[in-house]
Amino acid sequence: MPATSVQIVEEAALKVRNLDFYYGDFKGLNGINLDIARHKVTAFIGPSGCGKSTLLRTFNRMYDLYPGQRAEGEILFNGNNLLDRKQDVNMVRAKIGMVFQKPTPFPMTIYENIAFGVRLYERLSPSEMGARVEWALRKAALWDEVKDKLQQSGLSLSGGQQQRLCIARAVAVKPEVVLLDEPTSALDPISTAKVEELVDELKADYTIAIVTHNMQQAARISDYTAFMYLGDLIEFGKTDELFVQPKAKQTEDYITGRFG
Amino acid sequence: MHEAAEVAPVDLHAAKIRVFKLQDMIFHKVTLLFALVVLAGLAGILVSLAVEAMPTLRTFGLSFLWRNVWSVPDDEYGALIAIYGTLVSSFIALLIAVPVSFGIALFLTETCPAWLKRPLGTAIELLAGVPSIIYGIWGLFIFAPLFAEHVQPHLQKVLGDVPVIGAWFAGPPIGIGILTAGIVLSLMVIPFVASVMRDVFETVPPVLKESVYGVGCTTWEVVWNIVLPYTRVGVIGGIMLGLGRALGETMAVTFVIGNANRITGSLFSPGNSIASVLANEFGEADPGLHIASLFALGLVLFVITFIVLAASRWLIARGTARQGR
Repeated sequence: MPATSVQIVEEAALKVRNLDFYYGDFKGLNGINLDIARHKVTAFIGPSGCGKSTLLRTFNRMYDLYPGQRAEGEILFNGNNLLDRKQDVNMVRAKIGMVFQKPTPFPMTIYENIAFGVRLYERLSPSEMGARVEWALRKAALWDEVKDKLQQSGLSLSGGQQQRLCIARAVAVKPEVVLLDEPTSALDPISTAKVEELVDELKADYTIAIVTHNMQQAARISDYTAFMYLGDLIEFGKTDELFVQPKAKQTEDYITGRFG
Repeated sequence: MHEAAEVAPVDLHAAKIRVFKLQDMIFHKVTLLFALVVLAGLAGILVSLAVEAMPTLRTFGLSFLWRNVWSVPDDEYGALIAIYGTLVSSFIALLIAVPVSFGIALFLTETCPAWLKRPLGTAIELLAGVPSIIYGIWGLFIFAPLFAEHVQPHLQKVLGDVPVIGAWFAGPPIGIGILTAGIVLSLMVIPFVASVMRDVFETVPPVLKESVYGVGCTTWEVVWNIVLPYTRVGVIGGIMLGLGRALGETMAVTFVIGNANRITGSLFSPGNSIASVLANEFGEADPGLHIASLFALGLVLFVITFIVLAASRWLIARGTARQGR
């Protein structure tokens, strides 16, 4: 049974109301209702194709890039409906950053990878920019590893470092929300652990929504968890409760490994 | 009986392997032969050009390259006029074709509505397939008169008094000339450059583009800062392909360049390109220095094309090294 009741949690950074999503004629999300709590980590779990990435991609209107994809309903962010046609998409994306499955460093130097996004919205002096780059790289726990090679290509870093560079890049523009779409699925265990640690530290300043295939990861790092299945939000609640005492049969089956 | 039955299949097997090996060997040699044909052809062309050009090279030496004269009655030959015409008309062609092609490719890959993508792509490919003679007659009979009447006078009026640049637009607006050749060439080059650019723009991983859009970039910022650097190698390759076509284009250029053996410094005045000299004069060239000089011109074109190719390789290699990839 889809959870249709809105779960009110603390202070919400994003409020999703009656969200439907269509890939052409195919309906990818059915009437999603949930709140993403401010300065908390909200995890989205579920089997492949359940719509968790789709949902995440509505939060920064990434689907706009693809003709035929559309969303209906409301996503409230600071009182504005993000899905409103008049909403400035670039502004939304500056406020709601995203990190992807695979590391996607820009084909530029490490320094420029960070400075590029900042320069789009702020006019900083070189020294301010240098400070911002260092700040972002420190936030992403990458500074010590790259401080001597800021002028090297971002592509010269290892996969784990590249992903932290992408997180630094997302953080550098000082967004309010950071969306992580399976950020560790292409990383080795050590890099994964580092990214997880990072998520835990970042939530002090940012609201984080993370899609993950890895249930243990969701249990480890999130405060709230949403379980999705076939485009429906099946269950949503505090992570501790959802994993210990799932209310829905499907959630229980999934987290105990009976399907998915 | 029993023994024979056991041995026979083994022999058969060995024989089969031998046949396979032989087939493999023959296949290898045949493909090698085909590959060598390329090298032999290249070397053959180069050598025969050089041999035929020998009398000219012996008479004028390297100064053939910068002698500003091409006079059949006096039997005096130099390549400068043709080299100048070739390079300037090709440069004009690229100056126009590169930004236009970039715009076409950008539109097709980033902002074109889905229903228009296919027809537009096909149209570009068709444009690439139009025989050059058609561009030539169109250039001579349609474009040049219109250009002379409606564009050249205005260009002259606006830019004629500007220092340095003014000289480029001096002289009578007769329609045909180096500028016209460059413009017609640009039309012929655009489909090539545009379709290469479109193809390489499409190789940019969607997730990379998404991540740039993800920091709040506009389409232009995405293309200028990410797509273009990412596809730099392919884009340079496409431009060089266009340049190669422009340098060697014969028929269309011969129609509109004016075929005058002099350098005036004005883009309005008729000139000559290597290919157009060759096309015009081979038919009635006398054996001796004239023919040899034409071959020498051919050799020069060959070398220019080679240099363009080498330069593009070098540009690509240097860019790759700098990016640390």
